[in-house]
Amino acid sequence: MELYELTIHELLDLIKKRETTPSEITESVLKRVGQVEDRVKAFVTITEEEARERAKHIDEDVNNEGNIKSLMGIPMALKDNMCTKGIRTTCSSKILYNFKPPYNATVVEKLNDAGTVLIGKTNLDEFAMGSSTENSAFHTTRNPWDLKRVPGGSSGGSAAAVAADEVIFALGSDTGGSIRQPASLCGVVGMKPTYGFVSRYGLIAFASSLDQIGPFTKDVTDCAIVMNAICGHDPMDSTSANVDVPDFTKSLVADVKGMKIGVPKEYFIEGIQPEVKDAVMKAAELFEEMGANVEDISLPHTDYGLSVYYIIAPAEASSNLARYDGIQYGFRAEEYDDLIDLYKKTRSEGFGPEVKRRIMLGTYALSSGYYDAYYLKAQKVRTLVKQDFDNAFEKCDIIICPTSPTTAFEIGAKTDDPLAMYLSDVFTIPVNLAGIPGISIPCGFSNGLPIGLQIIGKPFDEATIIKAAYTFEQATDYHKQKPNL
Amino acid sequence: MKISKKDVEHVANLARLHLDEQEKENYTKQLNSILEYMEKLNLLDTEDVPPTSHVIPLKNVFREDKVRDSLSNEEVLANAPDAEDGYFKVPKIIE
Repeated sequence: MELYELTIHELLDLIKKRETTPSEITESVLKRVGQVEDRVKAFVTITEEEARERAKHIDEDVNNEGNIKSLMGIPMALKDNMCTKGIRTTCSSKILYNFKPPYNATVVEKLNDAGTVLIGKTNLDEFAMGSSTENSAFHTTRNPWDLKRVPGGSSGGSAAAVAADEVIFALGSDTGGSIRQPASLCGVVGMKPTYGFVSRYGLIAFASSLDQIGPFTKDVTDCAIVMNAICGHDPMDSTSANVDVPDFTKSLVADVKGMKIGVPKEYFIEGIQPEVKDAVMKAAELFEEMGANVEDISLPHTDYGLSVYYIIAPAEASSNLARYDGIQYGFRAEEYDDLIDLYKKTRSEGFGPEVKRRIMLGTYALSSGYYDAYYLKAQKVRTLVKQDFDNAFEKCDIIICPTSPTTAFEIGAKTDDPLAMYLSDVFTIPVNLAGIPGISIPCGFSNGLPIGLQIIGKPFDEATIIKAAYTFEQATDYHKQKPNL
Repeated sequence: MKISKKDVEHVANLARLHLDEQEKENYTKQLNSILEYMEKLNLLDTEDVPPTSHVIPLKNVFREDKVRDSLSNEEVLANAPDAEDGYFKVPKIIE
């Protein structure tokens, strides 16, 4: 057994017993990166030297203080849309190819305080727009379970890095499924917390009313540990919720007796892969055997979620991405006539096709004469989607459904058809629209490819999700399977 | 067709994007097919439904107006494509 194969809680136990050191763990992880990264391509930037130095520093802290912090000496990766002071932060876009932020995102500060070691910044679909990492300006990340397939997206680099044991955990961001969908396709645990639970300060904005940071981990216990470290109110983010953060590790109890679980019929539509449906149905049966009350429910506006999302998210993105003009930071076109031409050439050369497509869509939806027909209409239907969940949660404690309609698809399979690509997020988007929390955990395999179970909860009730996920995990061993790399 | 090539050119100008002919063709086709898919929203009567702009109740968030540390001029300009004498440098705007 190599150190890089272990979980956070297993490594912390070893550090506490003085059976290993942060430096040994970091060396083990860097060795693994050296073995597999040229095939997986999870990273945009690898901070090898910084990681070694940081680990040595933490070795001393462990010796001096004897007081082990919650993530002391744990190697991790960050999606490359979270600002890291002095370390290149690109959003996998040409327009930020050389951007070195002058400050750290709040989550980065929090992880630093908890004692983590940064291994690198992971690949994403440019500006988090996509479901496969194929929209990265640099390269496509490969699914560790089958290198011909996508890892999902947009946080595909973070998901693949954890699945390939290149880091012990990673952070991603989720606007329409960008944590849960790649977690599902790569067979790891990925959680999108309630909107406002984790500070967005220093997360480069895509769609501000939907974006949320969350963890990728190897099991549910690690998920609870990382959630403890990253949640909480931040005065630097005006949309940060001022609520108490419970100790999520207290929810690591295998017990779902009497828990009311809803299974929404709208999530078992035509076009869903039969093995995915079967695996989720089996999960529902298992919950029932373990004492939960499973019942069918309806979320009648599910089918409208995708349309709502692809108006609201591009509208917010077109506004957020107006800042990339070649003046203050990032790429600037070399040839231009005047200032307006500088803007246009910089943006046209700096953004990739999907980002331009969404800027166009969003600008159109917000433009004079179309605002009511598209943007206002979408905001109203967003209310209906949210009400569906409010109504469902009057009857049940959690909802379970597939995370993604299919297992990982082949690289190139959907790049020519934007709508087909958008449909891979059809089960994750409604959760973002409602602002509620969701997790994806491994619940089966089809032809050697992982299947994800999504568990959705009430706002700020991640504790119940974690309890249900932990109970399922204790009764199964899907999370212990590793890809053969 | 909901969007013509002319609309695409107008929107591209609003978004400060320069599109070549091929891109104009592609975006006209793709935006039309995406907007067609979104037509289904019109099946819903939303006359009396309030819009949701944010999922959590948001009020203005105020803080004390205290002087705090900020980035140095050097740090602010470190990422600039072009800078001179402590300023961002842009092409001449007024003739």
